[in-house]
Formats: sequence, C-alpha cells, structure tokens
Amino acid sequence: MPQLIKHNAVSGDSWLTLALNEGETADSVALPAGDVIFPLAVWQARKTEIISCHKRIGLLLQPDNRVEDVAGDLDYFIVIAVNFPKFVDGRGYSTASLLRQRYHYQGELRAVGDVLHDQLFFMKRVGFDSFALKDGKNAEYAIDLAFTVFGDAYQGATTQPQPAFRRRA
Amino acid sequence: MYKYDAIDRQLINERVAQFRDQVRRWKAGELTDDEFRPLRLQNGLYIQRHAPMFRIAVPYGMMNAAQIRTLAHVARKYDRGYGHFTTRHNLQLNWPKIEDVPEILAELAEVEMHAIQTSGNCLRNITTDQFAGVASDEIIDPRPLAEIMRQWTTFHPEFAFLPRKFKIAISGTQEDRAVTWFHDIGLHLKQEDGQVGFTVIVGGGLGRTPIRGEVIRDFLPWQDILSYCEAILRVYNRYGRRDNAYKARIKILVQALGIEAFREQVEAEWAHGKGGPMTITQAEYDRVATHFTAPAYESVGAVELPADKAFQRWLERNTHAHKVAGYRAVTLSLKQHGIAPGDITSAQMEAVADLADQYSFGELRISHEQNIILADVKESDLHAIWQKAVAAKLATPNIGLLTGIICCPGGDFCDLANAKSIPIANAIQQRFDDLDYLFDIGEIDLNISGCMNACGHHHVGHIGVLGVDKNNDEFYQVTLGGRQGNDAKLGKVIGPSFSAQEMPDVVEKIIKVYLENRHADERFLDTFDRIGIDPFKNRVYEGRAHGKAKTAQKEAA
Repeated sequence: MPQLIKHNAVSGDSWLTLALNEGETADSVALPAGDVIFPLAVWQARKTEIISCHKRIGLLLQPDNRVEDVAGDLDYFIVIAVNFPKFVDGRGYSTASLLRQRYHYQGELRAVGDVLHDQLFFMKRVGFDSFALKDGKNAEYAIDLAFTVFGDAYQGATTQPQPAFRRRA
Repeated sequence: MYKYDAIDRQLINERVAQFRDQVRRWKAGELTDDEFRPLRLQNGLYIQRHAPMFRIAVPYGMMNAAQIRTLAHVARKYDRGYGHFTTRHNLQLNWPKIEDVPEILAELAEVEMHAIQTSGNCLRNITTDQFAGVASDEIIDPRPLAEIMRQWTTFHPEFAFLPRKFKIAISGTQEDRAVTWFHDIGLHLKQEDGQVGFTVIVGGGLGRTPIRGEVIRDFLPWQDILSYCEAILRVYNRYGRRDNAYKARIKILVQALGIEAFREQVEAEWAHGKGGPMTITQAEYDRVATHFTAPAYESVGAVELPADKAFQRWLERNTHAHKVAGYRAVTLSLKQHGIAPGDITSAQMEAVADLADQYSFGELRISHEQNIILADVKESDLHAIWQKAVAAKLATPNIGLLTGIICCPGGDFCDLANAKSIPIANAIQQRFDDLDYLFDIGEIDLNISGCMNACGHHHVGHIGVLGVDKNNDEFYQVTLGGRQGNDAKLGKVIGPSFSAQEMPDVVEKIIKVYLENRHADERFLDTFDRIGIDPFKNRVYEGRAHGKAKTAQKEAA
C-alpha cells in the first residue's frame, strides 16, 4: 500500500479508487459506496448518479486527461488524484498547475502512482498537498527532507506565484 | 560576469547536499537504478563506455579565471588531467567515479559552477554567441537575458520531466553564431520601433530527424520571454509524444500539428500567463545587466604588429573584430592536430586562466565550435599572447579552416555512438597538416558526429561526416553544403557511406573538386552553391565499385 503523506505526516486514507475491471465500462461499472475517487470517464458518464448518492466525491485524472474537460465540475470534488504512471512522465505537473493556477481548485490535490522522494519538492510547488508515496519507500525520511530540499526557488509556481526576481532585495 | 547573490548560492549548495543524499540512497539500495538514472542525468552523469561521463555547465559559455582553474583542478584530482568541451557550452570529464561527484559538485559550487540539468529530459544549459558583448555586429548583448533565463530554467517544477531534452539558444548579433535555427527554441534579439525583443523560433533540432526551426513569433518584447517560453513548454509537456523517445522532441510535435496550429495553442496558453508575475521587471534586468558591463578598456592607438608569417597566420584566423578600437577577441584553438577536438588538459586550462588574468580582464568564453575565446585583448598584447599560446599548444591557426573540426567524443567514449569520430578527425588533420595548403583551401567547416544524435553538428558542416553502423562495421556518411548562420541549412547526403580508411581520400577529393572549380574569392560553400553536389559526387565515387560489381568484389574477397 502506498503511504499517504499529508500535512507533513503519514495519514490515514478513507478514499477508495474505483478501478474498472476487464469487461466493465464507465457506463456499466457498479458505483461503490463511501469515499470514492472516480476515473474521469466514469464521472463524465455517470455524473448525475454519482452526485445523487455521494456527498464526498473524488476524481482521478490520468496524464492524458485534459483539465479543460472537467473545469466546470471542480466544485464537486473533495479530492482530485493525479496519476503518475511513471515518475518520468511529467504531464501531471502541468495538470496540477492548471488546476490550481487557472481553475483555482481549492480541494485536496493528491499525487498518486509512481510517487517518489525526489519528486515531492516539485509536486508540492505546483500545488499538490497530499502524496501517495510509493510502497516500500521511507515516508518518515521523505517528510523530514524531501519537501524542504530547497529553501527557495527562482520561478513563480502555485505555492509562491512571485518569482525570486520580484522578491529580491 | 554574473556573481551569485544569496539565493543563487543557497540553491547551488542545497543542490550539492541533495545529490550527495541521492548518491547515498542509491548506494544503500534505497533508490533503484531506474529511479536514480534521471536524478544523476539531471546532474550531468551518464554511464558511458568506460566510466561515468560527467558534464559540467558553463552557462552561455562565460567563465572567469578562477572557474577554469577549478575545472583544471577537478580534472586532475578526480579524472585523468583533461576534459572535453562540447558543442553546447559544457565541459565533459570522461572518467570520474560516481562516488566522487558530490565532492566535485561541492568544489564547483565554491566558484559558482554546477552540473544542473546538463543532461536528462529537462531544460538544458542555455547557449549563445561566444563574442557576446564585444562583437562588432551585435545588436543587443544577450548575456543578461541568458542569465535571467538560466535562473528560470533551474529546477523549474513543472518542466523537470519533459518528453525529451529541451535546448534554448540566444543570438544578439546580425549574423547568428549560436545555431538558433536548430534548437528547440531559438531566440534572436532585435530592436523594433525602439523596443527590444525577440524573434522566437521553435521546433528546430539536429539529431535523428534534423529540422530547421520555424518562426512562431516575429516579435516578442523581452519582458515576456519567460511567460512565453512557459506557454511553449506547457503545450509541449502536455502534448509532446512520450511513447517513442525518437519522436519526443518538440520539433516532432510542431511538425505534426503544423506551425500555425502549434502557434494557436501557444498563444491561447500564453493569453493566461501574459503580463503575469513571470514578466521580467526592469529592476531585475538592470540588476543582472550590471554584471555584464564593459570592462575598463584603455584608449589605445594603432600598433605595429610583427610581420612574422606564423604570427600573421594566427592573427588572420584566430583573432576577431572587436567593437572597441585597439582590441581584438582571440580564439585559443582546441583543434591541435592529432588531439581530440575540444580536448584540453589541466595544464592548458591553467595556462588559459593565466592568459585571461593577464590579458583579458580575467574572463573567457567557450564556443560551440569547442574553442576558448579571450574576448578583450589589446592589440599591443597580441604578439605576447600568441607566443604563450604557442607554448601551451593553444595556437593552431585553424579557426574556420578544414582542420578546425567540430567533433563529438564518438565511439571511443560514448555509449550511444555507432562509430568512432576522433580518429577520423585526426586522420583528416594529418592529411591536411600543411598550413600553406590549409590556408589556400580557406574557410570551411568540417563537422563529425559518431551517430545520428548529431552532437558533432554534422548536419550543419559544409562537409558533414556521420558515423553509421553497417553489420557491426563502422562506416561514414558524408553530407555537403550544410551551414550555420542566418541561412542555416542541412547538408545533402552525397551517396553511400565510406570506411574509416577511405575518409581522408574522400575529403581530399572533395577539396580537389572545389580547388579546380573555384572562382577567385569563392569559399568552398560559394563554389558548392554554384556548381551543386554532382561534380563532388562524381569524383568521390569515380571508379568505385557499386551494385553488382561491389557484390562480386565482396564475394571474391
């Protein structure tokens, strides 16, 4: 199981991510009860149904899902999980930047998938605030070091929109 | 030259600590090889044929004497006492131990140097013109904006894991000397209606699929360059191909969409960032620009220089016009015949540092042609500097001539190479070792790459040589007519490839065709443009068996 890091601590996780088994489609899959993170296709196909039976709704975005396609729905989500199938696939950083900076998404933004120590600093800067650290990695060490590896940054990003040159004395 | 402030220093020191910890975790098995690979790449560490190759950044080619002394020291202490300057403003060491690299980085940080993002699928070192600030054809000095862009690229959180590497070059002169047409983003500084800005070129590149870039924006005010580049990069990061590394560069995306559609996407993206916090402020420009003010030039009268033939030859080839009267820029050639082009020993680096201190305000540059430039030398010092350069074997007068070859490390060192490149360069240098002959041949760029990744820029050589693999044998494909500059274009393949042994003869035949056909004052390229490729092709393949005859010959052997 991945370890969820939130607010600088390992945190419990009430959320279940709905995965489609073989033969299931977004239209046919049974919607489980509880706190569920729905893949974008399921959300798009079953939006009314999901809203009617879930108070707390999560969304899962894959690297090739376009934020623009769900921009009008962001108020429904308590959590949006952005998947990194491989940590070298950097599309999720743009997804997060767009969600936070352009569409002003305020809920939990969770990095899931191949989430590793050395990417956490970048992930935090683009706006992730929870991190499903890959199974087997040292969460305590990551909490101690990974988010503060650099004490400043040149560019503007979600957590500090002002670039260093606007803050330099 | 730019001097670090507190933020710059803090970040570079934190980088050293970060990499030290990454190496430790990798050694301890906490990071797998696959997890460690992109991390070490973004610190310039490749695993190569013999050992790791370590690439140190020389941002936009600028260095001071203390920095090159440190490079000399590092090469001596951690390597075999020499390094190799690449075509993109880096110094490569061929034999360091991975375990030593954190220490090397710490020593480099002391003199404000690093290896940040010198490889990997990220924003790479920004390159520019080696005569920035002194060129007589300069419109705007590109260095302040290059430094501002260097900072912006460093640890950019959104663009650390791009589909593929991303290279930016800036030119501030009339004549482009930074190969801007063949970069992911190429920038030409210019002035329009009193406003300074850039022509922005996108989607160029050499490598496996060489493509000349296209203009995405004819004029962009300089203040907008960061936000505009972020728009380009966001479109690329989201939509560039990731399924095939050979099709992952931005040039493939631009070609697939077409420049019009790509431009529309970028402009739509930029509409959100335009005028935002990434807009460069005048205060920041001024802060950085104060580091690049002109040194204290003396006003000097005309000097009489010795008529000595060897010195005059060097003056002609290795010194260049300067915008201040009484000064010249000097190129120290790293193209000594018989040595790997771009290679330099620690002792030579120290000699360069001394020359810079004594004659050029303690600063130097490196060029994409893999040479060193002392940019601000008094004419009255030229003879003295020449004598010292000769003693240090840095005065081969072949800049712009046939043996001033651009060459990648090739199959002797590089794991990607299909063929060796250095021995080809050396064999050609040996064949054309006669200076009278070299000067008679005149200006010609010969570029050699050991594989289609094109680190030796073979596509833009007047004569380009590309190492290819045919049934595990090393062969060389020759192109003619490529060029850098404002009219940059790709060379044309002359025909089937040649063995290593044939290469000096092939080059000699090409040169003969030129010499026989040239009009007075025609350079190689002029003659080539006038007579076309056929006369060269005919000569080179004259009497050469091909088709059935070749097969029969092979069978007989």
